[in-house]
Amino acid sequence: MAAHLKKRVYEEFTKVVQQQQEEIATKKLRLTKPSKSAALHIDLCKATSPADALQYLLQFARKPVEAESVEGVVRILLEHYYKENDPSVRLKIASLLGLLSKTTGFSPDCIMDDAINILQNEKSHQVLAQLLDTLLAIGTKLPENQAIQMRLVDVACQHLTDTSHGVRNKCLQLLGNLGSLEKSITKDAEGLATRDVQKIIGDYFSDQDPRVRTAAIKAMLQLHERGLKLHQTIYNQACKLLSDDYEQVRSAAVQLIWVVSQLYPESIVPIPSSNEEIRLVDDAFGKICHMVSDGSWVVRVQAAKLLGSMEQVSSHFLEQTLDKKLMSDLRRKRTAHERAKELYSSGEFSSGRKWGDDAPKEEVDTGAVNLIESGACGAFVHGLEDEMYEVRIAAVEALCMLAQSSPSFAEKCLDFLVDMFNDEIEEVRLQSIHTMRKISNNITLREDQLDTVLAVLEDSSRDIREALHELLCCTNVSTKEGIHLALVELLKNLTKYPTDRDSIWKCLKFLGSRHPTLVLPLVPELLSTHPFFDTAEPDMDDPAYIAVLVLIFNAAKTCPTMPALFSDHTFRHYAYLRDSLSHLVPALRLPGRKLVSSAVSPSIISQEDPSQQFLQQSLERVYTLQHLDPQGAQELLEFTIRDLQRLGELQSELAGVADFSATYLRCQLLLIKALQEKLWNVAAPLYLKQSDLASAAAKQIMEETYKMEFMYSGVENKQVVIIHHMRLQAKALQLIVTARTTRGLDPLFGMCEKFLQEVDFFQRYFITDLPHLQDSFVDKLLDLMPRLMTSKPAEVVKILQTTLRQSAFLHLPLPEQIHKASATIIEPAGESDNPLRFTSGLVVALDVDATLEHVQDPQNTVKIQVCRVLYPDGQAQLIHPKPADFRNPGPGRHRLITQVYLSHTAWTEPCQVEVRLLLSYNSSARIPKCPWMEGGEVSPQVETSIEGTIPFSKPVKVYIMPKPARR
Amino acid sequence: MLDCGMHMGFNDDRRFPDFSYITQNGRLTDFLDCVIISHFHLDHCGALPYFSEMVGYDGPIYMTHPTQAICPILLEDYRKIAVDKKGEANFFTSQMIKDCMKKVVAVHLHQTVQVDDELEIKAYYAGHVLGAAMFQIKVGSESVVYTGDYNMTPDRHLGAAWIDKCRPNLLITESTYATTIRDSKRCRERDFLKKVHETVERGGKVLIPVFALGRAQELCILLETFWERMNLKVPIYFSTGLTEKANHYYKLFIPWTNQKIRKTFVQRNMFEFKHIKAFDRAFADNPGPMVVFATPGMLHAGQSLQIFRKWAGNEKNMVIMPGYCVQGTVGHKILSGQRKLEMEGRQVLEVKMQVEYMSFSAHADAKGIMQLVGQAEPESVLLVHGEAKKMEFLKQKIEQELRVSCYMPANGETVTLPTSLSIPVGISLGLLKQEMAQGLLPEAKKPRLLHGTLIMKDSNFRLVSSEQALKELGLAEHQLRFTCRVHLHDTRKEQETALRVYSHLKSILKDHCVQHLPDGSVTVESILIQAAAPSEDPGTKVLLVSWTYQDEELGSFLTSLLKKGLPQALS
Repeated sequence: MAAHLKKRVYEEFTKVVQQQQEEIATKKLRLTKPSKSAALHIDLCKATSPADALQYLLQFARKPVEAESVEGVVRILLEHYYKENDPSVRLKIASLLGLLSKTTGFSPDCIMDDAINILQNEKSHQVLAQLLDTLLAIGTKLPENQAIQMRLVDVACQHLTDTSHGVRNKCLQLLGNLGSLEKSITKDAEGLATRDVQKIIGDYFSDQDPRVRTAAIKAMLQLHERGLKLHQTIYNQACKLLSDDYEQVRSAAVQLIWVVSQLYPESIVPIPSSNEEIRLVDDAFGKICHMVSDGSWVVRVQAAKLLGSMEQVSSHFLEQTLDKKLMSDLRRKRTAHERAKELYSSGEFSSGRKWGDDAPKEEVDTGAVNLIESGACGAFVHGLEDEMYEVRIAAVEALCMLAQSSPSFAEKCLDFLVDMFNDEIEEVRLQSIHTMRKISNNITLREDQLDTVLAVLEDSSRDIREALHELLCCTNVSTKEGIHLALVELLKNLTKYPTDRDSIWKCLKFLGSRHPTLVLPLVPELLSTHPFFDTAEPDMDDPAYIAVLVLIFNAAKTCPTMPALFSDHTFRHYAYLRDSLSHLVPALRLPGRKLVSSAVSPSIISQEDPSQQFLQQSLERVYTLQHLDPQGAQELLEFTIRDLQRLGELQSELAGVADFSATYLRCQLLLIKALQEKLWNVAAPLYLKQSDLASAAAKQIMEETYKMEFMYSGVENKQVVIIHHMRLQAKALQLIVTARTTRGLDPLFGMCEKFLQEVDFFQRYFITDLPHLQDSFVDKLLDLMPRLMTSKPAEVVKILQTTLRQSAFLHLPLPEQIHKASATIIEPAGESDNPLRFTSGLVVALDVDATLEHVQDPQNTVKIQVCRVLYPDGQAQLIHPKPADFRNPGPGRHRLITQVYLSHTAWTEPCQVEVRLLLSYNSSARIPKCPWMEGGEVSPQVETSIEGTIPFSKPVKVYIMPKPARR
Repeated sequence: MLDCGMHMGFNDDRRFPDFSYITQNGRLTDFLDCVIISHFHLDHCGALPYFSEMVGYDGPIYMTHPTQAICPILLEDYRKIAVDKKGEANFFTSQMIKDCMKKVVAVHLHQTVQVDDELEIKAYYAGHVLGAAMFQIKVGSESVVYTGDYNMTPDRHLGAAWIDKCRPNLLITESTYATTIRDSKRCRERDFLKKVHETVERGGKVLIPVFALGRAQELCILLETFWERMNLKVPIYFSTGLTEKANHYYKLFIPWTNQKIRKTFVQRNMFEFKHIKAFDRAFADNPGPMVVFATPGMLHAGQSLQIFRKWAGNEKNMVIMPGYCVQGTVGHKILSGQRKLEMEGRQVLEVKMQVEYMSFSAHADAKGIMQLVGQAEPESVLLVHGEAKKMEFLKQKIEQELRVSCYMPANGETVTLPTSLSIPVGISLGLLKQEMAQGLLPEAKKPRLLHGTLIMKDSNFRLVSSEQALKELGLAEHQLRFTCRVHLHDTRKEQETALRVYSHLKSILKDHCVQHLPDGSVTVESILIQAAAPSEDPGTKVLLVSWTYQDEELGSFLTSLLKKGLPQALS
């Protein structure tokens, strides 16, 4: 009986498998196709009123349609379209046609004729516009088909004279997207249709409707984007549009002018009302500069942004943007900047005490004053003073870009940037500080400028101060007074905000190493040494004193005469700091001391190559793995892993690579070990106990592969394949182990099926990489695939087992740049003995400050990092930090400053909770999703699901104490 | 009437405008449709109670909401000084101010207010002070824009003036800084803050004499935000009274302030000062650093002078004059460098404290004025509120660079502006569509020729097609034909001549319909050409050309063509 049952089960099973094998991809479609279009048809026929029909259509649009059934659906829709009288329903149908034609795998050329047909007979302007939109979708779907494109362009041209702006808009959009690129080819193909798309679009620059004018300019920009070279004649037309009444037209026109100026920077244009001629890019620059004082802030933002990318502009035009001639009562007045500069060069500080200090001097020739500048005069002066902070930020960004390309401009714009440090909006201040940092290698700060910069150190915003520290790290200071000033201000900052300690020390480190010669004369004063008297030894734990020492020691690195000025305790302090703060204090060559560093420092430079070599060698050694017996292979792997780990510890720059490959080898080692288990040779019922090791290995390999995939930045596709392959092996292992240990076949069916799906998925997703996987597990598996599909689970398992044993070890190609993601929690420090007390039931905010390095995909970091609070009762809490809590101070680095809200019921005594950062991952996020889903109206996909998490920072313990509430 | 201000320099009748200019004799209300007040400064609204209550005006007075709120405070204050302190008689009373304010109609920004059947007004943002507005006044298609005082660069509490491209016939603009181009405000602000900061760090006291409204609020915000940013704890005081009341309104009228305040007021209203407290007389003797804002701004009397006397002796202290000082005031004296001041009662005060001058003014400079003119695109500009010599310069610049005619009338002078009046005419839809169908390309700005009939009936104008006009007026259509004889030297028969004419015209007028009718005549479109032989001279033929008046163009072309004769080659 049992045997009989078993047979039946098998029979059923085979049936299912067969069906699956026939059509894994299309199974769903066969089922849905007829029902889909038929249901729609029935629905539409049922509909008694237009409103009903509209409802059905809306419902229909919510569900996806597969590529195979699209055509049927389209036919039904078209059929209904002809019958329909109500324009709103026709509109919906037209929009659905557009959506459907976007479906991947569906070639929309078959519906084009119909679409054009109904277009000719349509009366309603709205429906017409929608149909043109549909045609646009069709046209963009078939970019290679010249004939169709020509035809669509023809249709668009016919409807350009329509009275409705919407239709004209869509026509222009169509022209912009599909207008022929290579005119010569089309000329040969079809003499009739050689339309000059640019000319046609250009004619609509003077349309009566501003929306159509905008659409025309946009279409022109679209042509440019598609690689069509715009004619220079457009420039004049676009210039006229700059004085349009409507802001969207002006805004688009500014863009167009920018585009043309980039295309023909060197051609010459005449200046109206004079005989002179200038380069086009200069002229365009002047015009865009003029738009910076436009009436509409949208245009101003646009103009200010574009200015930044006009790098070919001649320098005198560029410098005009910062020029504003002041006058008072018709007499020339110097700007405050000029005065400051003069005072500085005459060696005198600004007095500013007299009323007439800034009194205007020379008379201005009334004829020569030009109140409305033809050119670029003062564009940035205006932009930086604008009412809207959006414009100011755009102007600062533009300044930054221009200054990066022109050192002389950088020098000139410095005054203005420094001024922006006092903007009323923090974002603008921050932006200008960042900008200054970016251009800092082009500039040297004058003392008065430094003064202003340093004044901002007292800002209460932490971001601003830290940005400023970063800025000071890479600024050039011209005088020793400047250095002194900076030090004094930084120390002031330190006393006011002790939390800035680390950042200030780091800043002083760079300041010192950049300006050794300027620090040298300051040393006696800073250390308060005296030629005759011994002074008191400063307190070693004073952060301010440490700050001074950091500055001096870093300067002393390149200035060998400096140590002579140190007093005895300074040397002692040096030794202490070199140990305790080794990242801030460099190795020094000190007289009368054994140079600990001398043995190391020269070797560091030369060692780089050997260590790289060593890494290569040890990895190559591993590749001979296959030829070894299992025992030897295990040993080799163990040694190599040990070597790699040690190497990673010694050479920080190779740590990523070493760790990465070590992890991979460990996976391999685990796999080999698992396969070495005795259990495979024993009869099934006896496995139960021993199988522990194998299943644990499988689990661990899975974990490690996830780490490899998501915890390293710079992992390329080749590595991902290998990692996935390893994971597949782990899954196979798991399957085998389960097969061996479980009785009954039911769970095994599911597992087998799932595994085969995974293999299939692997094949589909990494199809291009398969050739590289010669002889590997997957390679063999795919060869056996047809057999696997038809065999019973037990057989599958058997096949898997042998394949797993026979498969070759895959080389892991090393990526160029690979870094392990890491995180350090700076705050809470976890040292406090004072518990954080709060009333139970209420919330306490815990400040968390952490730096993250090499975290992939900063856009998504938001979803990835999670603060985890582990309460003593074992309860864990996942917290998603806000996107705004992440800051990006440098490439590959992120800073998380956030607050974690804790709450709990009352405890009898304080206890510790753990805080750590987790990296969450979702392996399916890399897979492209169904294109129909992009079609709009579909319900938003839940993509943020988290598959798992990897802890990647050391846990920090926080002492908390919820008190019972007092009644 | 635009603004109703007073002259601060006079204490007699001359301080108020002479309204008899308007009326000669009769009631003001009969002559004025409305009064528009641009903002609450006394030189723009000071004479309002006098004008409405004492001279007598009952029409509406338009101003913005903040102006309406703050204006009476200032008027009352002014009245107190004039009546209570100086003891003047024949001055308006508190009740009069109240009555006057009852006539006020408040307007919103960009709200179009219909004053009567013809006149409409619209307010634009002007910066300058809270609630300052520019007004567009429109009658039919003609319009005037009056700016009042305005500021084109934003400051710490107000935004920049803005106007759309309304293309008025006339723009009346102030021109206080007609010959000045100012430096960036950031330098000024930074200087100011630096000076204050340095002084308080040294332990000194800072005195800032201000007028109660306007600049004072800007400086307060400036210091407040700076204190906030820099985490300073030194107390800032503001002398109480008038300002507190006004400050209350500043808190309420957030939409009138700049972007920053508007964006952040939900979290915290910037005018709710955290660091600035009310001043008490006793505080002046407190030890330690402090910053005090005190009225009035020119140090000529009141609290600011009292504090100044107390602090002047210490060189650690500082006084910052944020604005202009009239000659003769203490402020002017110390600014011009005087170190020993003679006070009342023959006392001599030695000034040891530092004296600084900072200009914070909220008028548009020459560039700003030009910018506004460029934004509004008026047909002509009229300059007011400035000095003649300076205005001369600006006038010249406006005419040169913007090519806009510009006027600067003196007091009492009348300017007459020619305007081109545009008359709206209704067009029938049929005619319009017919014309649209003919036009091939859209050319928005080009005038186009259109045939139709203009009907003027009950003072409205309509443009309709001629058929419809005939129908409406019940008239029969008359045909007007022109005929013309053209003599041709041709010896052949009439029929042949006609045939020659036909082939000639056919070859020339390719895109017209040329036909040869069986009766021997030729038609071109609707033009008829017949050949006849006059009896007396067989050598010449006469061509009769006849066309209707609608085809005038083609007809005259044809005759001139035929007059040139037929080409010989054809024969």
